[in-house]
Amino acid sequence: MDITPLDRNGMAAWCARDIPEGWLVNLGIGIPTLVADFVPADREVIFHAENGVIGVGPAPAPDAINPFLINASTTHVTLRTGGSYVHHADSFAIARGGHLDLCVLGAFEVAENGDIANWARSADEPVKQVGGAMDLAIGAQRLWVVMEHTTREGEPRIRQRCTYPLTAKGVVKRVYTNLAVLDLTAHGFVVRDMIPGMTLEALQERTEARLLSG
Amino acid sequence: MTGDARQFTATVSTAADGRATLPRMIDKFVHSMADAMTGIADGSTILLGGFGDVGTPTALLDGLIQQGARDLTIVAVAGGRDGSAIEQLLSLGRVRKLICSFVRPASLSGRLLQRGDLEVEIIPQGTMAERMRAAGAGITGFYTPTGADTLLAEGRETREIGGRLCLLEYPLPGDVALIEAWSADRWGNLTYRDSAQNFNPVMAMAAKLTIAMTRNVAALGELAPETIVTPGIFVNRVLHVPL
Repeated sequence: MDITPLDRNGMAAWCARDIPEGWLVNLGIGIPTLVADFVPADREVIFHAENGVIGVGPAPAPDAINPFLINASTTHVTLRTGGSYVHHADSFAIARGGHLDLCVLGAFEVAENGDIANWARSADEPVKQVGGAMDLAIGAQRLWVVMEHTTREGEPRIRQRCTYPLTAKGVVKRVYTNLAVLDLTAHGFVVRDMIPGMTLEALQERTEARLLSG
Repeated sequence: MTGDARQFTATVSTAADGRATLPRMIDKFVHSMADAMTGIADGSTILLGGFGDVGTPTALLDGLIQQGARDLTIVAVAGGRDGSAIEQLLSLGRVRKLICSFVRPASLSGRLLQRGDLEVEIIPQGTMAERMRAAGAGITGFYTPTGADTLLAEGRETREIGGRLCLLEYPLPGDVALIEAWSADRWGNLTYRDSAQNFNPVMAMAAKLTIAMTRNVAALGELAPETIVTPGIFVNRVLHVPL
């Protein structure tokens, strides 16, 4: 059976399905930002943006853009009814202080010890883009990662140990890829879900870390 | 910085017998960009508010370019896109060091960094905000788990607290803060529009000289006290720059 890996929206939708009502959630830049589009409007999930927005709503209509209201990707957004604003120090107090039920980040690599690498491709790379990822990764109650299962060249990104500079140690709880959903447990990665047609053996071939069946 | 630079503008009244009396009115409004920029010295550390285009005091940055101070350390969320006022300051060779949470590879700051032509200190964004908050709050250092397990901690003091590795961070004060407000009164009380607070209130607390541009002017007493985010005690000068 042919398998069709999920596209960016497919991964975002897979993640969105698992976010329950009532959670305070920060979505990182890239695929994670798309997750909000797949949380039904009648499910009250509160999205936090690092630039001080609590209750980020969907994109505005083109004729209703508020130039003073953006998210952490500097994209124009709306504010949900009930939303509020804080300054940057309080916004990161929310992130660092354990007030986020969930943070969803993109990554270059994750490892079976829960490490995440998402800010630099090598220690020598001069241009580094840490942004708020380190504060979010260590502070949220749970960190989920959404990313392609392998690199474009087919190299594994689900590792025994990260090869890129770390963002944080031992914090990843779950990974959504274009092939599978993996939970991180004390024993390592447990396969929670796979796309249709995927087998544990075929998934293991694309994964450096050892996979356990769910 | 000179002591003069920190004084607010005061209206001095003159008694009938010609003797000047004490200033009777706090009025932090300045009426020209040149007045707003007075006293910013070469070598200053400038805290620059804003996130993307929102809450960014672009007019004040243009004023700083005109004013001419050089050898500056700029503290901002990012190294600025091409076309931004930060890029202009960089291209004029006025920046000695950039302290920010990221630079874009496809920007002047990214290109200067890649060539080794600009000193850049990359700080996690939350740590950057908290270091400025600490500077304004009289906190002389703090431990945070942010970055403690990473390259950013190399050669620095760490300590295990409550079972977590934490990194010692020091305050990040500014000589000058340039910020943008939505509305201001003559005491320098400030309100912000929507998500335009971002770094502005924290930077206002962290600098010796805080210069705000405001889109709107309110009479004293007009701003509801509970809506004032930055009390005027943290603000030295206000320049009205209408939208």
